[in-house]
Amino acid sequence: MNCQNIRELIDSYVDGELDLVNHLEIEKHLAACDACDAAYKNRQALSAAFDSSFNFSAPASLRKSIQKELREISSEPKPKRIWHWRWLATATAVAAVLLLTLFVFRLSPSSDDVLATEIVSNHVRSLMANHLMDVPSTDQHTVKPWFDGKLDFSPPVIDLASQGFTLIGGRLDYAGNRPVAALVYQRRQHYINLFVFPSKGGSESGEKTSVRQGYNIVQWNRGGMSFWAVSDLNATELQEFASDYQK
Amino acid sequence: MQEQTKTANFEAAVLPHLDAAYNLARWLTRNDADAEDIVQEAIMRAFKFFSGFHGENGKAWTLRIVRNTYYSWLQKKRPTEDLSEFDEQIHAADSTNPETILIQNVDRQELRRLLDELPVEFREIIVLRELEGFSYKEIASISDLPLGTVMSRLARARDRLVACAAARQKGGAK
Repeated sequence: MNCQNIRELIDSYVDGELDLVNHLEIEKHLAACDACDAAYKNRQALSAAFDSSFNFSAPASLRKSIQKELREISSEPKPKRIWHWRWLATATAVAAVLLLTLFVFRLSPSSDDVLATEIVSNHVRSLMANHLMDVPSTDQHTVKPWFDGKLDFSPPVIDLASQGFTLIGGRLDYAGNRPVAALVYQRRQHYINLFVFPSKGGSESGEKTSVRQGYNIVQWNRGGMSFWAVSDLNATELQEFASDYQK
Repeated sequence: MQEQTKTANFEAAVLPHLDAAYNLARWLTRNDADAEDIVQEAIMRAFKFFSGFHGENGKAWTLRIVRNTYYSWLQKKRPTEDLSEFDEQIHAADSTNPETILIQNVDRQELRRLLDELPVEFREIIVLRELEGFSYKEIASISDLPLGTVMSRLARARDRLVACAAARQKGGAK
């Protein structure tokens, strides 16, 4: 790396946003180059100068007035109901059961929750370890047969280049205690990992979106397969991807 | 959702970020009264859209709405000014590489003034990064900008601040 490259990365370095390889490389360069080291130290001094004295706090009057307005909105007149005591008893019982269920569910994360966490880590790892693809190819007829013999199912591989999602390859991955297919698509500089594996019980379900560690996820079940699309792409475009894929 | 529960959930998710919301609005507008108006409006907007919030990063979600509220307020106030026409190149020109003299100690009052004078596009990035400690990715989502733009604006904003601080030190002014 020359000084020009270093200066371009110096902010990411100061802010701890660099990957390990670049981080180490910059560290090495700074030890040897006074000019870049000065640029680095100046940025550090600048960041250090921004202490909490720069932060404005919300005035108490503003907080009060917001709370007041919220209370007004939420207590807008509603039709008065006269509760029968038997209804009340039933409602209390139902609420108790619900609360209990909620409590139990909170304690043990659902299997979907565990799976989602696993899938996001897979996505992150695939980008970090530079192991995005086992079979780099933009041709669906190359990617699909590649999975034959490696998996006990055949993932549908669809080219969406004309919709702006370029298929760039595939990879074997592991999630939910089984090998899964990971199809890799690209839009601009964003990668989409589409994880495909047979769904439990073969149930069909529509798209569910969620966000985890800043990554968007769209999940759906179709044709006996479970699909998980993960990306740092914005939610709208990722959903577009999901619906294009299902067309 | 029951209205009461919604309000309680909303207050729990959003009100802890009221200081951050005000801080951003105050730096953007550079005056107390406007900042208060914008925060009040933004929080009510947030309440309206709260069903679209799914427990992700509440602070980023709130600040994104504050920022949007600020820009629509600005457009209403000065409709002639085209905000999208912010030219990176022009702004790049005056932030050439600062001389490599080491800045010893930065005068905070001076820095406050320098930050206040930065164009709003630079100012907001500095506030989000240096004062609120958001990651690049979070800043990109709050400000609806590509990650690359966030990085280059942050670099230019810092270049400017460092250059000014260095020049001041060299000139021997306080």
